[in-house]
Amino acid sequence: MADQGARALLEITDLKIEATAYPPGEPPQDITIVDGVSLQLQKGRVLGLIGESGAGKSTIGLSAMSYGRGGVRLTGGKILLNGQEIRTAGPGKLRRIRGHTVTYVAQSAAAAFNPAKKLMDQVIETSLQHGIMGRSEAEKRAVWLFDTLGLPNPTRFGNRYPHQVSGGQLQRAMTAMALCPKPDLVIFDEPTTALDVTTQIDVLAAIKEAIRDTGVGALYITHDLAVVAQVSDEIMVLRGGKMVEYGPVDQIINAPRQEYTKALVTVRQIEHPEKPADAPVVLEVDRVTARYRGTNFDVLKNISVELRQGQTLAVVGESGSGKSTLARAITGLLPPTKGSIHFAGRELSATLAGRTRDDLRELQMIYQMADVAMNPRHTVGTIIGRPLEFYFGLKGDAKRKRIQQLLDEIEMGKGFIDRYPAELSGGQKQRVCIARALAAKPKLIICDEVTSALDPLVADGILKLLQELQKVEGVAYLFITHDLATVKAIADSIAVMYRGEVVRYGPKSQVLSPPFDDYTDLLLSSVPEMRLGWLEEVLAHRRMESAGN
Amino acid sequence: MHPVVRLVAQRIALGLLLLIAASVLIFVGTNILPGDVAQAILGQQATPTALANLRAQMGLDQPYYIRYLHWLFAAMHGDLGKSLANGQDIATEIQGRLANTLFLAGVSAAIIAPMSIILGLISALYEGRWPDKVLSGITLAWVSLPEFLLGYILIYFLAVEYPIAPSVSTVYDSMGFWAKLHAIILPVMVLVMVSVGHTMRMTRAAILNVMQSAYIETAELKGLRPFRVILMHAFPNAISPIVNVLMVDLAYLVVGVVVTEVVFVYPGMGQYLVDHVAKRDVPVVQAVGLIFAAVYIGLNMVADVVSILANPRLRHPK
Repeated sequence: MADQGARALLEITDLKIEATAYPPGEPPQDITIVDGVSLQLQKGRVLGLIGESGAGKSTIGLSAMSYGRGGVRLTGGKILLNGQEIRTAGPGKLRRIRGHTVTYVAQSAAAAFNPAKKLMDQVIETSLQHGIMGRSEAEKRAVWLFDTLGLPNPTRFGNRYPHQVSGGQLQRAMTAMALCPKPDLVIFDEPTTALDVTTQIDVLAAIKEAIRDTGVGALYITHDLAVVAQVSDEIMVLRGGKMVEYGPVDQIINAPRQEYTKALVTVRQIEHPEKPADAPVVLEVDRVTARYRGTNFDVLKNISVELRQGQTLAVVGESGSGKSTLARAITGLLPPTKGSIHFAGRELSATLAGRTRDDLRELQMIYQMADVAMNPRHTVGTIIGRPLEFYFGLKGDAKRKRIQQLLDEIEMGKGFIDRYPAELSGGQKQRVCIARALAAKPKLIICDEVTSALDPLVADGILKLLQELQKVEGVAYLFITHDLATVKAIADSIAVMYRGEVVRYGPKSQVLSPPFDDYTDLLLSSVPEMRLGWLEEVLAHRRMESAGN
Repeated sequence: MHPVVRLVAQRIALGLLLLIAASVLIFVGTNILPGDVAQAILGQQATPTALANLRAQMGLDQPYYIRYLHWLFAAMHGDLGKSLANGQDIATEIQGRLANTLFLAGVSAAIIAPMSIILGLISALYEGRWPDKVLSGITLAWVSLPEFLLGYILIYFLAVEYPIAPSVSTVYDSMGFWAKLHAIILPVMVLVMVSVGHTMRMTRAAILNVMQSAYIETAELKGLRPFRVILMHAFPNAISPIVNVLMVDLAYLVVGVVVTEVVFVYPGMGQYLVDHVAKRDVPVVQAVGLIFAAVYIGLNMVADVVSILANPRLRHPK
């Protein structure tokens, strides 16, 4: 394409995207998902699309392939790809564009790869089907891409099936799949969101390098501003399907003009001074070792931690580190093979069956997926009323009054008591789960990744609420999370877990200050920071260290 | 041991266990029926001594579990006992019948399996559009009609009005393959018509279910042709449910074709069973029951094994 300099790779003008909603008991109605968005992307540049869930960022990304997920319709505006209108193009023309000119990297590579086919066959499929290159050439390019993306044993990697490689590797394989047919534009849709931070940084670096080496243009979609700041040239901030702000990455991060952008930039900066360790100990986990039935290795190895009344212990670690298993051991769902658990001055029975009703009442849980933790056919009142009835025998007016009181505590006023979970937002659902836990008047609440599924601003609201409630109710939290920003915002003490062991444990101030052990250092330095050049700094630092060794 | 080998061995062991359980049920079921076999053979006029002698001769005076073990042991050695009605060796008598039934079932299955999969794929490809609706309508109508009615309709049109196939499917050993095939055209058509609707719709449902997966969107975003998406990406992941329903239908072809066999006077297992039930011929009923159970359990075992083999996670462990 000779005139590439003169014209944009992708030019979207006044895009309008609609869908039809089917609210129960009402006639179907058209809703606007994206309204009046315009953008321009040159070849070799990266545009970051950022916003919360429902902002329309994925929808806009897919519109660059003229694809509407589900019943989504691209109803207005222009989408020019290499100067050609594709919004109104027919299926034959779109097939030639999809996978050829524009490719897509999905959020969950684990779900986006066909489990029944070898990786190589999937990676080169597009190149072969579109007649871009022959099999041997495509395989050669795939191996080169595997190598560029830092995949182990690139020549043989393609012989594996998706379930045989890790999540981080799969995400890189997906990037290789997108780059293999030499597209002009790649859409990255939250490619690192499902990964652990220490994995994310490698994948991020690999993606950035691959974009640079192949010279493609890219749309990079994410909800994490710190991540997008590392890879983009420009950023567009979206909210509710409308553009909020659009500019060079430097300006968005360092000099945001809109209030909403400012809020996004400053999110996760809650100050939480650590409480003194003088309150009585409410939970003491003493040398607990546990394994799952039918396996031959310990998922928890000799874990000892304690938690004081009215304080928060954050258990932090990556997936598979055993942090959720620790919660299962404490709640009695997985009886430990060794060690003991003391709670409120008494020793807890290892098994759930051996625990008293008070044991159960005083130890409550809140889960990551508020959606599935509630019966969708119960109203908010029924959900919160259940523990009131079960533990305190409350009925009728007294119960309703207490439910309303709890709803006030979680800052959800009147009118919510008779609503169903489906009518609530993600943050509101999590609040209801908090109220349900509080209803039992517990001494300890185990919070398992309770903010992980929420947008940053909503998550902040939940964290603030939890802190307020801790002040009022004096409840202790065992806070399980993989997110270090959350840890900083809420913890009084921290236990860092790695492969079933606590590798670092102590008051927050001590755990988060040097000297660090290797793993904690890796973990802390992998958390993306909201400034330009952070990724390069970290990588340069790591190269220097490994060279020093 | 490779996990697939272990799982398959497990399935086979379970199948055998199930077969033994079925044999117990068959034995108990046929023995708690009211009535005395000896009395039935000798008639109302028999003396008590004659009855006692016959019972002793047939082993009917022994406890149930001894008789069960004798029966099971003999059956495992291919001895299914003698028919009470005509004194013939059941194993020899069944042989030809079973071969006929398997021939009919085999020919039908050879048509049903590819036909239902192809039609299912087409239905899934044109979901909600006219090819889907037409196929759906026709096959549903076939499924809804009783087999005997379908049989008589076919006889009327294809044997009487336009005689291209015989209305009575008589086959005997000396017939050649093609002659036999010609004889069973109509019953095969009936069986195909009543089964294909079921398997086709299950294939369609299994594929549409897989079509919701994220990897299908990936395939669509690769710009692949819709038929390739379905054939290369959806179908391999839908094999397991499809094979399961196919096997249930195949089992039906062996054990459930009584009505069709009667309509076309086909000398298969079903007719044989019906004849002997009417004569209260307990050993025959037991033997046929056992064979039917073995076919049913065997085919379902095949379905399980195919499902295991179709799962890449089991075939290629980490």
